[in-house]
Amino acid sequence: MYNYVMRRILIAIPVLFGVTVINFIIMKMAPGNPVDMLVNPKLPAAAVEAKRMELGLNAPAYEQYWNWLKNLVLHGDLGYSMITYEPVTRMIGEHLWPTLLLMGISLILGLAIAIPLGVISAVRQYSKLDYTVVTLSFLGISIPNFFLGLGLVYLFALKLDWLPTSGMTELGQGGSFKDVVLHLILPCIVLTANVTGRTIRYVRSSMLEIIGQDYLRTARAKGLKEVLVVNKHAMRNALIPIVTILGMEIPILFGGAVVIEQIFSWPGIGQLTLSSIMSRDYSTIMGLNLVAAIVVIFANLLTDIVYALVDPRIKHSYQGAARS
Amino acid sequence: MESLLAVKDLRTSFDTDQGQVVSVDRVSFELKAGETLAIVGESGSGKSVTALSIMRLLGKGSRVSDGEIRLNGVNILELDEKKMRDIRGNRISMIFQEPMTSLNPVFTIGHQLMEAIRLHLNKDKKQARAHAVEMLKKVGLPRPEQIMDEYPFALSGGMRQRVMIAMALACKPTVLIADEPTTALDVTVQAQIMRIMKDLCAEAGTAIILITHDLGVVAEMADRVLVMYAGQIVEEADVFTLFDHPQHPYTQGLLRSVPHLEADDQDELAAIPGTVPARYHKMQACRFHNRCAFATEKCRTELPPLIRTQDGHTSRCWEIEAATIHYEEGKAR
Repeated sequence: MYNYVMRRILIAIPVLFGVTVINFIIMKMAPGNPVDMLVNPKLPAAAVEAKRMELGLNAPAYEQYWNWLKNLVLHGDLGYSMITYEPVTRMIGEHLWPTLLLMGISLILGLAIAIPLGVISAVRQYSKLDYTVVTLSFLGISIPNFFLGLGLVYLFALKLDWLPTSGMTELGQGGSFKDVVLHLILPCIVLTANVTGRTIRYVRSSMLEIIGQDYLRTARAKGLKEVLVVNKHAMRNALIPIVTILGMEIPILFGGAVVIEQIFSWPGIGQLTLSSIMSRDYSTIMGLNLVAAIVVIFANLLTDIVYALVDPRIKHSYQGAARS
Repeated sequence: MESLLAVKDLRTSFDTDQGQVVSVDRVSFELKAGETLAIVGESGSGKSVTALSIMRLLGKGSRVSDGEIRLNGVNILELDEKKMRDIRGNRISMIFQEPMTSLNPVFTIGHQLMEAIRLHLNKDKKQARAHAVEMLKKVGLPRPEQIMDEYPFALSGGMRQRVMIAMALACKPTVLIADEPTTALDVTVQAQIMRIMKDLCAEAGTAIILITHDLGVVAEMADRVLVMYAGQIVEEADVFTLFDHPQHPYTQGLLRSVPHLEADDQDELAAIPGTVPARYHKMQACRFHNRCAFATEKCRTELPPLIRTQDGHTSRCWEIEAATIHYEEGKAR
């Protein structure tokens, strides 16, 4: 297992390299550059040229990439923002944790709601409860995040004035725990609704597949309680496909953050991404892209590790692969 | 003496799109302690449903609609679910047809064995483990200690069925229901599994209900045989009587269609023509009449009752005499 994980981490290195190359090419192909976005159009050409020199934009593209990579590998340095001149590492660090907070809570809440509901829904297939759950999950999937977000803002912030519309803390109030929680509620509801809707369907169908299995009849024939048959014997098997969903959910949430953070002005990675793309802030874009790639690779690796934990057959095959 | 298990007028029905289908129709039989009763019949004749009715493990949409099942005089159909759980795996155990899928793939063999042991026998973890290892040894598995920690995927079909037998007999049940326990196994393994099952049950005094369509297995294992056709019992006799003097044309057909080693090359293997009629539960007739060479007008309009011809031999046929004479003549030839 250890060998397997190490090998996967080593394989991740060329993947990350490839991702940054492709990202760099696409970024360079996009019209405009940081200087165009930054300066006054009436500025004399010489001044613009000087700015370009200063940011190193006049060197050939491969050299620019090479410099970026060299800095990263040798010093662990992602460079400075071409707009704010802040270190990219620090900017990402500041914006990462609000996103992780939002994502983490939504993911945990989503799973905590979706797994029991999906299981009950499958056990009582075609009951009223089942139809209700399926309908709700359908709604959760179908309503676009931005729409639900705006609707909630309209209702709870504008009309009822219970919750703040945007941001992570109230300006000038220093951001107490309660303050952050109040700001978290609305964006969390939106993301949770989405996660729950998607996950319930997977849990339900995965559970339905298990419910007819012979080994559950064996468990019942032993005299086990129905609760144990479902929650232990069936659940452990249904979890295997659910783990895949979890692995896919993390990148989806990370990507979904871009939209949701924009709506609620949540000071996270999503907002930073959008603003850096708008201003063609090359070094920040590269840094953010690297982080996103790492998140995806990490989520996949996590999936495979959890797989081995829940399915002895997979663990066995990992061990077999490591030996040969 | 009251028999160990008495099934009386058992009726089990299924809800389908076409309405209710009765798949076990007024089945009655008795099982004495320690004896082996074989239930034979083709697929869909209601053998397995009878077994699942006794275990009260029928799936959704099916239920016992009538009759009683008495275990030591207590009608288990009237027990609440908790009391029924105390019986399952403890006093009545079951082995299923598919060893490959009957064990949970994500739990170790030991875990699955000990689950039943700890549920019904008052043992702590260590004692339960020792008991489980003992059971694995009894069913003839090599290195039982290691197998305790193996997952089912590491075991062959034959080994898994041995584990199932160990699991079913771990609590020394009084009745073991074996639903085609060897159908899915290699021919070479079948005999071994049967032998182990028979020996262990004899040792513990467990009675067996053996569901099968393999008449060779019946001859080998059973004391008494029940032949089912289209949800009904058509003949019941002790094993020698049934093989020597079958009365029902269906049983006769079954016996004739067993290939014999000493048969001539040019002899054609006998078969029963036709198929089981659809919607047979609605028929006011002998359910076998459309496939029967002896069918008369009476057979087409009136369902024959189970007729007792001599001690312990009953069959459901209007034309027993004609059929029997014909069969005996055929055998003499």
